[in-house]
Amino acid sequence: MNAPLLAVNDIGVRFGGFVALQGVTTEFRPGRVTSIIGPNGAGKSTFFNVLSGVLTPSSGSIRFKGDDLKGTKQHEFVHRGIARSYQITNIFPDLSVHENVRVAAQASRSRYNIWTNRNRFTELDAKADAALESVGLVAKRDETAKFLAHGQQRALEIAIALISNPEVLLLDEPTAGMGPEETKEMVALLEKLASERTILLVEHKMKMILGLSDRILVLHHGRLIADGSPRDIQTDPEVRRVYLGQNDGYA
Amino acid sequence: MTSPALAVSPSASARKPARFRSLVTKYRVPLSILALCLLPWLLPSKALAVNVLIYGTVAVGYNLLFGYTGLLSFGHAAFVGTGAYITGIAIGQFGVPWYLAVLMGVIGGALLAFVMGALSTRTRGIYFSMVTLALAQLVYYVALQTPSWTGGENGLRGFTVNKINLFGFEINFLDPVNKYYVLMVFAALALWLVSRILNSPFGAAIEAIRENERRARTCGYNVERTKLLSFTLSGTICALGGTMSALHLAFVPLDSLHYLSSGMIVMMTLLGGASSFFGPFIGALVFLVMEDVFSLWTSHWQIIVGSIFVLFVLFLPKGIWGTFLTKVMR
Repeated sequence: MNAPLLAVNDIGVRFGGFVALQGVTTEFRPGRVTSIIGPNGAGKSTFFNVLSGVLTPSSGSIRFKGDDLKGTKQHEFVHRGIARSYQITNIFPDLSVHENVRVAAQASRSRYNIWTNRNRFTELDAKADAALESVGLVAKRDETAKFLAHGQQRALEIAIALISNPEVLLLDEPTAGMGPEETKEMVALLEKLASERTILLVEHKMKMILGLSDRILVLHHGRLIADGSPRDIQTDPEVRRVYLGQNDGYA
Repeated sequence: MTSPALAVSPSASARKPARFRSLVTKYRVPLSILALCLLPWLLPSKALAVNVLIYGTVAVGYNLLFGYTGLLSFGHAAFVGTGAYITGIAIGQFGVPWYLAVLMGVIGGALLAFVMGALSTRTRGIYFSMVTLALAQLVYYVALQTPSWTGGENGLRGFTVNKINLFGFEINFLDPVNKYYVLMVFAALALWLVSRILNSPFGAAIEAIRENERRARTCGYNVERTKLLSFTLSGTICALGGTMSALHLAFVPLDSLHYLSSGMIVMMTLLGGASSFFGPFIGALVFLVMEDVFSLWTSHWQIIVGSIFVLFVLFLPKGIWGTFLTKVMR
């Protein structure tokens, strides 16, 4: 079996007196889709924030390809190979679709050059167009990002995250707020992406998760309560109790 | 550059003005310099033209931070004043040649901007504005308390530059036209520099931070360092404006460091339009012309200028030049 790409050991996150995550230990191997599920407030977003450097855990450690990420700043995560999207669409609203992706591509090429004309970096244009192609937004290239439909903005955010060619892609509810048609397109996109890289997914749409995931982690009150294949998770009594007991209709 | 004109789908009627606008953007430096060459012959006095040159340079430099990085500083008078004081002290007390004094003023202003930027860019929003204001007032009080260097309340005098030597030519610097065109070289240099910065990859990075700081960080930009560089560059251009003002007036008023001067820079920038390259320069021009005209009528000219400013902020948030570019040229 291949070595883990990303490993967390005994992660804990506290906000004052509130414990958001507690004793989470797990690892992620390359080339799979892992979904993280759990009721609202279970700690899924906190876990993502830890994995993408937004939050520094109160305790425990994260290792990426064997390196401890302690003290790594958030902006360095993407250069190491961990990129993410956010639950609430997070793009550059007043830039064009192309500029959105281009400026993201530029982050790994040139950040402090104040002298050269940015248009000289033609390889960035090609890279940006390729990323737009892969998420199906080439036709919208020159539109201002804020005027895109919701689903297209979500796709644009994924293009922004993909541009650094990350080894690990964290997607926080990529289909949030989408109708069935848009969701179907997003699932097709995710299936395509899954063949090329490691994907971690936070989602609420159960049917989609069961179809897409190789593995599912279940968080509840900040603790990891189950970890297994979609089939294992569906039959896990603890998971059933958490979901059905709350009767919120996810399971 | 984000140009709203390009966002509109290019119908046949919209295409031509959009192209015209992109031409204006492409040749913004030569066009600006052309405008500067004509300026002294269009304004009522040469002294006013020199003032426009100085404050236009300051406002364009300020806008690098305000309009393009999205950081509202209330402390940029500190860099203008520091540039001016260092130049004046270097010439008056140490007999340094004027061009070296200018260089020293610019470097001194840049260092101060780096320090103030390092302290202030750790904070965000209103806190950032307040920290810049407080640090700039600190510089003001230092100048007030060290009269042996700065002349204290009376300002700094005694460093008149009468003539300058340029490649063997002696130029009478007291002649207003000569003075204007010598200082114009510095203004043109500053405009060219700012334009280059805005066109660079760094220019794209600061726009990304203005648009969405969190996303820029997630993309891999070091937001703090980028802001600090922008702050330093912006302060450096403002310090150049300060050294120009010292050469022009042969006097540095203590008020040049006061927060009211910082406020004036913000007003000029907003009046002309923070979303465009040349807008702040237009803002400085309109502000100073209004001051010149209205102060002949009444000593309360600030009421009129203030009212016009409020009307602009409320109804034309893109400022004079920004509105012209988006409405008239579309």
